[in-house]
Amino acid sequence: MEAINNLLGGSTVTDVLFYVFAALTLLCGVLVVANPFSRNPVTSAMFLVLTIISMAGLFVLLHAFFLAAVQIIVYAGAVIVLFLFVIMLLDLKEEQRRKIKVFGLVGGLVSVGAVVAISLKALLTANPGANLPAPQLEGGTNALGQLLFRQYVLPFEVVSVLLLVAMVGVILLSKKDLK
Amino acid sequence: MEDGRWRRMRVVSILHPLFSIFIVENMNVGLEHYLVVSFLLFALGLLGVVMRRNLLVIYMSLELMLNAANLALVSFSRFNNQLDGQVLVFFIITVAAAEVAVGLALIVALYRRRQTAHVEDLTSMKL
Repeated sequence: MEAINNLLGGSTVTDVLFYVFAALTLLCGVLVVANPFSRNPVTSAMFLVLTIISMAGLFVLLHAFFLAAVQIIVYAGAVIVLFLFVIMLLDLKEEQRRKIKVFGLVGGLVSVGAVVAISLKALLTANPGANLPAPQLEGGTNALGQLLFRQYVLPFEVVSVLLLVAMVGVILLSKKDLK
Repeated sequence: MEDGRWRRMRVVSILHPLFSIFIVENMNVGLEHYLVVSFLLFALGLLGVVMRRNLLVIYMSLELMLNAANLALVSFSRFNNQLDGQVLVFFIITVAAAEVAVGLALIVALYRRRQTAHVEDLTSMKL
């Protein structure tokens, strides 16, 4: 932790690392959604792993060490494995290129462009980063655990119930003779 | 402004021209930079949900959107010196894991019945 903090202390290093991780995240995100070389879902899943790992790098740059570890363990370790299991279970073929409807394409691009334009405009006008004090926050396991088990103990328990419900639901859904 | 700082600014803006608009007024990477990355990632996920036809890839794009929201929350938490945002991200990751499990079970059950994972073949509820 001390070594990481020393490394993150220099502003030039963190800036360059931010640009590297941000570019990697966005590039792999593009390859998840629109890979020009392959329409195979397995390729998308593998690039999703890369996106998530580079996003964990961004979390480390934001001093959220615990969340970076959780991100890698839960997403890259559990969620992606679940995706790959389902892909192999379904034996999905490559998505054949169907005729893309022009209306759908234009509508999708326009709506996504509108969302980006609105949020960037809001960011530029609100300018939330101005006049903030220097960030001191450390998202270590200790601090996060103190907050989680003191102030947020009720949501924590509710989430555990939610996980139980999800587990029961999945077992029921995957039964052969669903009644 | 001394010479080395100018060169650093030039190098950084060449590395990623998208962010160069912010670099002139604010040299260090700040909240805006993380938010721009988060917005772009969210837009990518939205594009995937709208454009792709494979149910599993649509699901992966949904994960991308959730991750973009997580990044925005963590950066707000860091730059406002409040740990609450990270607790919220912790809960979002838990709920996302449960959601993926249920959703994939639904997709498997659907595939057993209809032998397809394409949204264009699943039109029985269409008007």
